[in-house]
Amino acid sequence: MKKVIYRNQISKVLGIGLVVFQLFSISLSAQEDAAAAGGDPVKGKALFNQNCAACHALDRKMTGPALANVESRLAEDEGLDKEWIHAWIKNSPGMIKAGDSYANKIYAEYNQAAMTPFPTLSVEDIDNILAYTAAAPAPVAAAAGTEVANAQGGQGSGSGISNEVILSALILVFGLLVLMLFMVNKTLRQIAMANGVDLEKEMGEKRLPVWKAFAKNQFLVLVTVIFLLLGSAYFAYGWMMQVGVDQGYEPIQPIHYSHRIHAGDNKIECKYCHSSARVSKTSGIPSLNVCMNCHKSIYEVAPETLAEGQAHGVDYNAEIQKLYKAVGWDEENQKYTGESKPVEWIRVHNLPDFAYFNHSQHVSVAGVECQTCHGPVEEMEVMYQHAPLTMGWCINCHRETNVKVAGNAYYEKIHAELSKKYGVDQLTAAQMGGLECGKCHY
Amino acid sequence: MASNKKYWKNEAELNPNDSIVEALRQNEFVEDIPVDKFLGDKENLSATSTNRRDFLKYVGFSTAAATVAACEGPVIKSIPYVVQPENIIPGVANYYATTIADGFDFASVLIKTREGRPIKVENNTDAKVAGGANARVQASVLSLYDSTRIQGPLANGEPVEWSVLDAAAKAKLNALKGSGKQIAVLTQTYASPSTTRLLREFKEAYGNVNHVVYDAISEDAALTAFENRYGERALADYNFENAEIIVSFGADFLSDWQGGGYDGGYAKGRIPKNGKMSRHVQFEANMSLTGANADKRVPLTPMQQKIALAQLYAKLNGTNVSGELPEYAQREIENVAAHIRKNKSAAVVVTGIDDVNAQTVVLSINDEMLGSRAFDAQAPRYVRQGSNAAVNTLIADMKAGKVGALLMDGVNPMYSLPNAADFAEGISKVDFSVAFSTNWNETTEVTQYTAAANHYLESWGDVEIKKGHYSLTQPTIRELFDTRQFQGALLQWTGSEKTYYDYIKETWSTAVLNGGDWNKALHDGVFVASSDVLETEESDPVNGGVQSDKEEVESLDDSVSESTVIPIASAVRSLASATSGGGMELTLYSKVGMGDGQQASNPWLQEFPDPITRVSWDNYVTVSKSDAEKLGLVNEHVANGGMDGSYAKLTVNGVALNNVPVIVQPGQAPGSVGLSFGYGKQVGMKSEMQTGVNAYPLYQNFNKVQSVTLEKASGMHEFACVQLHKTLMGRGDIIKETSLEIFNTKDHAEWNIVPQVSLNHQEVPATSVDLWDSFDRSIGHHFNLSIDLNACTGCGACVIACHAENNVPVVGKEEVRRSRDMHWLRIDRYYSSEDTFEEDNIKKDEFDGLSGEKGSLGGFGELEHPAANPQVAFQPVMCQHCNHAPCETVCPVAATSHSRQGQNHMAYNRCVGTRYCANNCPYKVRRFNWFLYNNNEEFDYYMNNDLGKMVINPDVNVRSRGVMEKCSMCIQMTQKTILDAKRDGRVIKDGEFQTACSAACSSGAMVFGDVNDKDSQVAELSHSNRMYHLLEHVGTKPNVFYHVKVRNNNEA
Repeated sequence: MKKVIYRNQISKVLGIGLVVFQLFSISLSAQEDAAAAGGDPVKGKALFNQNCAACHALDRKMTGPALANVESRLAEDEGLDKEWIHAWIKNSPGMIKAGDSYANKIYAEYNQAAMTPFPTLSVEDIDNILAYTAAAPAPVAAAAGTEVANAQGGQGSGSGISNEVILSALILVFGLLVLMLFMVNKTLRQIAMANGVDLEKEMGEKRLPVWKAFAKNQFLVLVTVIFLLLGSAYFAYGWMMQVGVDQGYEPIQPIHYSHRIHAGDNKIECKYCHSSARVSKTSGIPSLNVCMNCHKSIYEVAPETLAEGQAHGVDYNAEIQKLYKAVGWDEENQKYTGESKPVEWIRVHNLPDFAYFNHSQHVSVAGVECQTCHGPVEEMEVMYQHAPLTMGWCINCHRETNVKVAGNAYYEKIHAELSKKYGVDQLTAAQMGGLECGKCHY
Repeated sequence: MASNKKYWKNEAELNPNDSIVEALRQNEFVEDIPVDKFLGDKENLSATSTNRRDFLKYVGFSTAAATVAACEGPVIKSIPYVVQPENIIPGVANYYATTIADGFDFASVLIKTREGRPIKVENNTDAKVAGGANARVQASVLSLYDSTRIQGPLANGEPVEWSVLDAAAKAKLNALKGSGKQIAVLTQTYASPSTTRLLREFKEAYGNVNHVVYDAISEDAALTAFENRYGERALADYNFENAEIIVSFGADFLSDWQGGGYDGGYAKGRIPKNGKMSRHVQFEANMSLTGANADKRVPLTPMQQKIALAQLYAKLNGTNVSGELPEYAQREIENVAAHIRKNKSAAVVVTGIDDVNAQTVVLSINDEMLGSRAFDAQAPRYVRQGSNAAVNTLIADMKAGKVGALLMDGVNPMYSLPNAADFAEGISKVDFSVAFSTNWNETTEVTQYTAAANHYLESWGDVEIKKGHYSLTQPTIRELFDTRQFQGALLQWTGSEKTYYDYIKETWSTAVLNGGDWNKALHDGVFVASSDVLETEESDPVNGGVQSDKEEVESLDDSVSESTVIPIASAVRSLASATSGGGMELTLYSKVGMGDGQQASNPWLQEFPDPITRVSWDNYVTVSKSDAEKLGLVNEHVANGGMDGSYAKLTVNGVALNNVPVIVQPGQAPGSVGLSFGYGKQVGMKSEMQTGVNAYPLYQNFNKVQSVTLEKASGMHEFACVQLHKTLMGRGDIIKETSLEIFNTKDHAEWNIVPQVSLNHQEVPATSVDLWDSFDRSIGHHFNLSIDLNACTGCGACVIACHAENNVPVVGKEEVRRSRDMHWLRIDRYYSSEDTFEEDNIKKDEFDGLSGEKGSLGGFGELEHPAANPQVAFQPVMCQHCNHAPCETVCPVAATSHSRQGQNHMAYNRCVGTRYCANNCPYKVRRFNWFLYNNNEEFDYYMNNDLGKMVINPDVNVRSRGVMEKCSMCIQMTQKTILDAKRDGRVIKDGEFQTACSAACSSGAMVFGDVNDKDSQVAELSHSNRMYHLLEHVGTKPNVFYHVKVRNNNEA
């Protein structure tokens, strides 16, 4: 656990020891400072996550510098006091303009990305945040992480053992049963023998073996053959109908992207990433710059999530690194290197070329939920094909689904005329002409 | 007893000496089977260690492997952008306005791009000038993806870096600075303000620079005549819409005459409105597209045309000139003269005669005599600027060793110069030569350096097509290869750091825009200078013409104004005394499909059937029927359904062209022959594309008219002609025709006759009888396509547009010859057998009995042959989308079915290829995929390489072997229009629905739309009294309808 948390630092025991010692000492002094300034690290954490976390982390550079112990560091290295920090947070562009030397230095160092001014933060708020940055959070997080992992691990192994126990108990019971039956049988035979009953003779005399009797009865043979043929035809048909139907297709992707986390846990709207589904025939696999909208700041997952990933056999943080590599993001310097390598995703939903399907028609015009065709994507750790994507499946939906005509001027006239013709209020896609061959095949 | 009957296999066996029979007795096949060819090198084969058993093992293993591999579906990858460009949404097309200016074609167009790939050319309807793309411009997008393009700069044929070329060029140019030798720049016509400025600066930088503009097909005579008269080297502009009588002496203004682009205006004037339409009289030698559209076509040899023009001038002038004309021509000149006198400013005379005198006379007639409102000399066109004299001087200078460096762009003089040998000699004496070219060609072969040039879709540029009308060229894709445009290189060689884009912007902001918005100009692709517009409006020839109408009457008789009397008079005299040089008169022309030959490696254009002869993949010499009989030249239809033609040898002034195929052309003036430019290119071309003969060697002194001797040569040429039957056989219901007089005076029941059928022994209109229960088409959209036979000039832009939009494959010459052409849209061309179609109909109706004077046996035979000077009619035919479609009822698998929107659907994936539908189609519009045309090495055109595939429209299926296909009425376009409206939640406006053909039609002949929208243009047209359906009596109830062709036969 510790190794994961400190993966960027020296792995030698000595090194860790040193760091722990330093952190400890710093946190001691920092806590004192915070106490002296009256800041509350708990409130500060909330404020930090709300306002700062998009661009700052405690222990690493992001869009902005790492903020652990920023107050003491600035005081020691630059001789800048708290007032300077207050001024900076409230109006950093102003300070840059005013020509403050350290302000300009920082501004230049971070690619001239000006920090958003926070005039709404009170002095107290800022002090709370500073208290939080001073209160070494790492060990706490580490401890929490370990606890969670332990708890989960415990649960996991517990259930595993219980299953095994049940199974082996069952096997034992069955074994006993078999043994008992065998013994009962043996005892009965012995009794019979003792009573002088010849079991073999009585049973087997004058009776044909069943298979011979069956072979002699031609009618039965005929019926069986017919049933066999029908049965095999049924299965052959079934088998042939699934050729090219890839329902459940779940390929391993070059980057383990979890829809469960993004669409499920984080409730990101599907069309945030698949934006072209609104206007285009393709839903569009998002380009990597869309990923980077969030992943520029989300460089690692929460420890809880990481643990969940381990249950799936994935290290999510390593997957994020894959993204960085593909998009050419230099984490150290927070810069794009320009060396990108497009990700070759494996296409899950493949329609044949001769079928024309337009996402925008269904998503924007009809307002069909993505899940209707793609299934419970928000629960899918790995994307798979939910629907069969056969023509029959399309047609059924067109027969059953009513066209969403309300508020769409295009439909006004045709809806009025058609509903009169068919004598219904709601028109299905089929009644609208959605079953005509040429609507999808051209 | 054994039978001694002899079974004959073949009639040929009757002849015991027949060599074939003898050969067959010994061998299984007459010809050797090319075993060696497919077994490859025999020696290698016998030396190999693979024996039969091993071979079988390999076969077995690979079959098993393939079988196993086939069990698993393919893994399809999707690779998204790393950073998605802001303007590109995968699956949504973007349109960019740009301009083609390749020295021959000048047009403002829109380019449709998908995921950054240009895939289609559309008309730029915002452009007031040259907004229509012809067939070549429509096809130009495919030339971008030509797999034979040069992919980087070359030095003596070997690839080099641009830096090498740059260094060599700079060193040489600097060395020449101040030396006695000139730096020659030989280019196409740019008509570009920025390029002009750039060349001026280049001249300033290096001194002795000689810029020579060279047009492969020269308009020097017209330019010189205009320059002499108006002081500017340009071409007068015409708007035929304003003309009520159009007289043309050999001017093929519906195709490429003086830069072309006149068909839109012409067609507008041809649609009868308020009982009026223009009358068009054409005096010409070759049967041209323009002549085919004329109301009256008079075949005259070029020499006679000159005399006729002189006579017309004299008639209008009230004087007399010498010169003899055939009686029919004389009469027509008189009619025309009378007609012109009547209409004055509503008349226009044009000529394509390569003679300064003729051009001068025409300018004088239009401007001074008539004040024609169809004539515009105030805002002339700049699309041709080449000077023959300058080119000749340059070649002389080169030969004299006076040229130190030669830079070429957009020209291929080694192919297109009549004196290419002189040029080759000259270039060998030039120290430094570089040609900018997209393809390896005859000229790049002889230059030291070949600079790989951009296609226009990869370039920046600006053009002033007409005075005050500016257009911009913008790239629609980044350079596919390591190429550079000429202007970019020139900027670099003049030591400028600027890109050509910045340079254009600079030119425009200082000289063009005059306060206008650059971004708007770039978005629109066109910009009209306001000051120039005012200027032209002040001196508008329309107003000028009307005001001075009365004075003109007198001046007509008084002859023209003093200053020009003498040169005009002498010009007329010299015209009148024109003589032919003995022998036959050859008129060289350009085809709408090939132009000057720049795009000869474009398979769409090669497969495009010529509108007149309907021959694809060839050029040929056109000969009149009487001359052909004299010389023993024939066209014949052979047993396999193809057309063969004799070969002829053409000799002009000692230059001979051997084995030129012959087409016997109805309407060709006796004593004249025609041959088109643009073919016969060899260097750098795929073998399939090396078609036809090169006519440029006969283009001596840049004169399109030459005296030629024609001899029959041995052998027969195999043509790929898509229409072998030339006449309508008197079936007037296919192309309905009437004259303007009847149209104006009689009820439409008389000239637009609805066929009658017998119902319960009563004659009733065919439209009232129905075998079928009709669909209810009153709800939703109901698409109809209207085709006005009056407006259709047969130009064929729609054919190529359809090709591009619908991924129609190119099948090649052999397959076209087997009638396996795949064009979804064809333009049928019919000749009349008598002098007019009317007479054909009468002749057929009056057949009486089998034999005799009016016997049908001989009579139908006669009707098969077109007249010497026939009437011509064009008829675009695509799937008629019948409401009662015969194809649908015979399909055993219901692959073709009808929709409520009026479109006849074709589900390719359902088709099993019985071809019953094609057999049952009365219009013969269904096309069968005999082969897999994509990914097939046998069809090495464009669908078999990655580059060529980039032009494929992703919204339309690429069909496979064994399925039927046909026009879908561009269902992908109508569906898109509907979807866009649904998404925006709005009602569809008229004009939004388009098909590829209707969008490409710049003459307005094709109008597409929803007839259930009562206010739409097509609904209005469907109620026109000229409307009729093709083969109405069949009862198919098509959704495509035509308009009766009206000819203006009013002679005065």
